[in-house]
Amino acid sequence: MQHLIRFLIALLIVPLLLTSVSAQTDPRSLINAMAVGNLKARAAQIEALAATGDAKAVPALQALSDGALYFRKSDKQVFIAQKSGKNFDLIDPLTAENIGTFPKGSVSKVKVNNSLRRLIRSVIGTLTLLSPDPQIRIAAAQTIFKTGDPESLEALDRALVQEKAPNVRSAMELARASVILKSDSTDADKIAAITLIQKGDGREGLPLLNEFAAQSDGAVAAAANKAIGEIEKTIALLDIGQTVWYGISLGSVLLLAAIGLAVTFGVMGVINMAHGEMVMLGAYTTYVVQEIIRTGYPGLFDYSLALALPLAFLVSGSCGFVMERTIIRFLYGRPLETLLATWGVSLILQQTIRTIFGSTNKEVGNPTWMSGAYELGGLTLTANRLWIVVFALFVFAALFVVLKKTGFGLQMRAVTQNRKMASSMGIRTPWVDALTFALGSGIAGIAGVALSQIANVSPNLGQNYIIDSFMVVVFGGVGNLWGTLIGALTLGVANKFLEPFAGAVLAKILILVFIILFIQKRPRGLFALKGRAVEA
Amino acid sequence: MITSFLFKALDRRAIWVVSALIALAILVPASNLMLPSDSAFHVSNFTISLIGKYLTYALLALALDLVWGYCGILSLGHGAFFALGGYAMGMYLMRQIGSRGVYGDPILPDFMVFLNWKELPWFWLGFDQFWFAALMIVLVPGALAFVFGWFAFRSRVTGVYLSIITQAMTYALLLAFFRNEMGFGGNNGLTDFKDILGYDIQSDTTRAVLFSASAVALAASFLICSGIVRSKFGKVLVAVRDAESRSRFIGYRVENVKLFVFVVSAMMAGIAGALYVPQVGIINPGEFAPANSIEVVIWTAVGGRGTLIGPIIGAVLVNAGKSVFTAAFPEFWLFALGALFVATTLFLPKGVVGSFSSAMTWLRLRTGKSDAPVAEPAVRAAE
Repeated sequence: MQHLIRFLIALLIVPLLLTSVSAQTDPRSLINAMAVGNLKARAAQIEALAATGDAKAVPALQALSDGALYFRKSDKQVFIAQKSGKNFDLIDPLTAENIGTFPKGSVSKVKVNNSLRRLIRSVIGTLTLLSPDPQIRIAAAQTIFKTGDPESLEALDRALVQEKAPNVRSAMELARASVILKSDSTDADKIAAITLIQKGDGREGLPLLNEFAAQSDGAVAAAANKAIGEIEKTIALLDIGQTVWYGISLGSVLLLAAIGLAVTFGVMGVINMAHGEMVMLGAYTTYVVQEIIRTGYPGLFDYSLALALPLAFLVSGSCGFVMERTIIRFLYGRPLETLLATWGVSLILQQTIRTIFGSTNKEVGNPTWMSGAYELGGLTLTANRLWIVVFALFVFAALFVVLKKTGFGLQMRAVTQNRKMASSMGIRTPWVDALTFALGSGIAGIAGVALSQIANVSPNLGQNYIIDSFMVVVFGGVGNLWGTLIGALTLGVANKFLEPFAGAVLAKILILVFIILFIQKRPRGLFALKGRAVEA
Repeated sequence: MITSFLFKALDRRAIWVVSALIALAILVPASNLMLPSDSAFHVSNFTISLIGKYLTYALLALALDLVWGYCGILSLGHGAFFALGGYAMGMYLMRQIGSRGVYGDPILPDFMVFLNWKELPWFWLGFDQFWFAALMIVLVPGALAFVFGWFAFRSRVTGVYLSIITQAMTYALLLAFFRNEMGFGGNNGLTDFKDILGYDIQSDTTRAVLFSASAVALAASFLICSGIVRSKFGKVLVAVRDAESRSRFIGYRVENVKLFVFVVSAMMAGIAGALYVPQVGIINPGEFAPANSIEVVIWTAVGGRGTLIGPIIGAVLVNAGKSVFTAAFPEFWLFALGALFVATTLFLPKGVVGSFSSAMTWLRLRTGKSDAPVAEPAVRAAE
């Protein structure tokens, strides 16, 4: 299909070229003509070559501009020369065929100067406008847009007549507007061009309009200034949008790291200092899964994360379960001791991982669907960040459903609200505690899978997130998932907004100070549980 | 009043501890300086600086014990007060270098010359005087503790919340001191000290004097803590720890009680840091790391909180263990430390000292040698 279209376009172009170009000559002989004549003649030769409208002439012109165009003294044939030792490899400019090595003395350089280079640049722009490859056409249009060379107006008009692809068309129209601004067209035309540029890619057009506004006066200048104002407004909005996006992205990472902590802290009042290590275990599980896939089943690499998710949940979850059964359950009602004991566990887990895997960072690859970036109305969203935001919200929603809609969730909430009453209603609170702890740890594990995509996988991975996750939970309020969500996103966005003014480190310090002060005002966080149970 | 305070402070155990520390302060330096190095009783330079370091750690643990063991405030940020005291001392020592630095600037420390700073920042002024630095060593940690505690205790931030925000405090300071723009030497910290009070900091005599100073400071702090704990105020402290709301309802201003011990404790930690820095020869932002502060907690817990002798024993035991372990099996130290955290909380909630006295009590009751009940050390879990 595509070939057919190209063929049809080619059919259209060929007669067009035949009729519109008066001096239709063989490009090879035109190139060869450059072997003779002085620099002034060369300008005419270049324009003649351009007049063929044949994109094949581009390499020769480019070589001329780069000073790599030579002619053979024996027959005045022009070639692109590449140095090989003391000799030159000569390459046919049209076919790119290497025709052999020639001694230095047998060839001579085709001379060029800066004004010719400028001419070549605009000529190449014109020629590539007619290239069959839309990417090349867009690139050509963008080059013209930046240089705004009035010479290319005619070529642009010609290209616009036959251009079908809408994105190429708009790029060409922008280029045309830029050319009009530089040419001596009427004021009305110029104002129309300004409007066009303003609607187009504002960021690119800004320097152009600035330059134009400085040179012109009257209504045109006013229009240009207005357009500049509009563009700057859009850019400011876009910047805010981008910052918000970065903030949401950071917030979702915080949310992932903190949400498991919110469960254990909220339900059991247990501060799990080993929570960060659960995240780390999840990340290392991902690493191991990827290593196995790399060595054994390379085809499955894109599914590695999907495989790692349940495994990480199991690894961290069972680790949490064992921890609860062997240590934490003996320390209920003594939160400070729990804090110390879990810190001890975190040291042991870190050192275990360090002994097994070494202390260096491990390479965890991104699957193909997580690399690259999306463009959304001027915002750039990198794929891995986008997926992590989606994933964090998904985990949040899933946990929400578990808490609100399942029997286990009901029991968990009952234990949170009133442990004694729940127990006397027949809920096996020790069992609920163990499973809750396993659930919180398991969620930390799958957070680790996500974090392995953006952070360094090292034994210290968990340490980097633990204080931040505490801040989120304490800020959001214990025992409330919404608090954790809002806390995470607020802190993430606030952090990113402070960064441009204060720098990354100072922004973090400011956030910490803010939270310390916030806790004074609301000692139980944004969304505090109320009632007598809280004081117990 | 002060005499009665001291009189109360000096019960039998306190006399014992203080005289042991004074003896240490005299005998160890004496053996280092006077005995020939091949004598069996000679204490090597390495040992003296090692034990000197342990003594400053013991002082830090004692300071933490005063707030945690007696008032139930688990501070995970005491390392910050320690480091601030250390930085104040470090700044004095930096100013003493004078023009002997690598860049030879008579006023600016090397790192400022390196950063192209032209004049001394205002907060470095005065640190060329020892008295000013000594004042700052207690005032800066004390002021931070006062501001932080005033906010926190007034709004009744307690328990794990308080622990977490103290941790956030030291973490924030860690990040701040890592910044070169702060003017505290960035991540290299302050080092290359030359002399203290005109004496060469490297010389044996100076080391011996610093050792004695650490032992004396520990003894003095022990006396102060003992005095606080044995006074009426000490009883209120324990009441706040065991039943905060009840003490408030009875009419005590709980937040003022807490604030007072918190500030005293922070000042002690600052002194510990100030004695630590000249003995190890460096202070860097790593001292603010939250992990360090938690380690102090485990020294106190191992020794036995709620007893004043416990943290001293705990700090020395754990750090001696650390020195041995990290030399013999470096990769196992974290395993050992982690296991220590778990084992202490699970099996030794009263710490070595607490368990020892419980065992003694039990033995005495069993053998019927004494029918007078021995005063239980206060070890109820602080919640």
